[in-house]
Amino acid sequence: MVRALHVLDPGPLATVQDAGRSGHAHLGVPRSGWLDGPAARLANRLVGNPPGAAMVETTLGGVTLRAGSALTVAVTGADAPVLADGRAAAWGEPLSLRSGQVLRVGPARVGLRSYVAVAGGLDVPPVLGSRATDTLSGLGPPRLAEGTVLPVGPPMSAPRPLDVARLPRVDGLLRIWPGPRADWLADGVRRLLDEAWTVAADSDRVGLRLAGASLPRARTGELASEGLVLGAVQVPSDGQPLVFLADHPTTGGYPVVAVVEADDLWQCAQLRPGDTVRFVAHRRQVAG
Amino acid sequence: MKVHPVGPDAFLVEPDHADHVRALYADLLAALPCRDLVPGLATVLVDGPADPAALRDLLAGWSPRGSGDEVRSDAVVEVPTTYDGADLDDVARRWGMTRAEAVATHTGTGFVVACCGFVPGFAYCTGLAPELAVPRLDRPRARVPAGSVALAGELTGVYPGESPGGWRLLGRTDLRLWDADRQAPALLTPGTRVRFTEG
Repeated sequence: MVRALHVLDPGPLATVQDAGRSGHAHLGVPRSGWLDGPAARLANRLVGNPPGAAMVETTLGGVTLRAGSALTVAVTGADAPVLADGRAAAWGEPLSLRSGQVLRVGPARVGLRSYVAVAGGLDVPPVLGSRATDTLSGLGPPRLAEGTVLPVGPPMSAPRPLDVARLPRVDGLLRIWPGPRADWLADGVRRLLDEAWTVAADSDRVGLRLAGASLPRARTGELASEGLVLGAVQVPSDGQPLVFLADHPTTGGYPVVAVVEADDLWQCAQLRPGDTVRFVAHRRQVAG
Repeated sequence: MKVHPVGPDAFLVEPDHADHVRALYADLLAALPCRDLVPGLATVLVDGPADPAALRDLLAGWSPRGSGDEVRSDAVVEVPTTYDGADLDDVARRWGMTRAEAVATHTGTGFVVACCGFVPGFAYCTGLAPELAVPRLDRPRARVPAGSVALAGELTGVYPGESPGGWRLLGRTDLRLWDADRQAPALLTPGTRVRFTEG
């Protein structure tokens, strides 16, 4: 019996993700990796995996997988129904699947992305040290499709159920640090902080795109392309800000006016089109 | 030199002259481990420096050595190119040259990779005389052939794979600019000297 997960239905978008492949941005390679770090790391802990083991990241509609052998899995992230052979199973806990059993992670009720970790991790070939699918450059394994077979490694250690796995609350409040080009906006970050923003439907793993007031420029002309960080809040020529996420391009020619606090980026993984976002100035000062 | 914080864990360093970026990048690469070190056309992003205090010290005392035109190695990567690009005649006309003269101008230029971006392995190369700058296409092409050698502004670039593109096409190379399985996946990396050859 081969340790593997067979994809029966990938939903709207399902990819293999791990902690990503930083360190190659100077070659134009996005860091990629799971969008909701806390949820992914919890899933790995639950099944007894090392913290960086690869797993499935799903979007909205969920995913349906068949166990090719006896496997232990865990589902975290969005609040979504979990079914094993059609019967309700626990979210946020290790689940034992018999060979041939079908796991279904249903549409997300709250949040957007679910994580399915399996004991042993997904054992697809790594590219530049990571098994993450980069939806911008195409590096890494292809997106999951019906019929995809995901090899699973041998289990590393025992599954570890937590006493209580709480569903995280998405409140849409994103703390921001100063960005390098805030002076390119007529009002600096004041309007960015004052306005309520709506998550746009074309948000994806590259960026959380926001709609709302148009942020006017203080200066005309172009910015020479410069390196981007994860969580950068960029304002392109249409004046609508976006938050760069894991598959962000390595350089950009539009001003970055703020950077979202790393600990708040998991929310960007779970915010849905139509949700409201507000930026909040980070209270802690950057060490001089 | 300006040093802009980018969140709590990164710094965008902007030397007084874009020419100094190469030397600054080389010095930072040699001395300061970090999560990512990303040169741009006029800046270097230091993302996740292991020792922010050491970074501050290095920057406080930094000035470009010699001509400020340092490159990391003497090696020159030759890019054999078939000069049959869709925009070659247009570029030659803009330069006031014949096709042959335009090709000779391009092959006669010593280029350096300033930075990479856009897609893995795409290198932005400087070296063309400023008066030869050409604008991008008004409307980018939906598909540019893999290996296309192209111009935009003063920059020359090579498209590693097929992709949309707004740069003016001079020709094509069969060299594999990007191979994820290779020990050095990108052929053209920041600081590399490049020469385009005909054939």
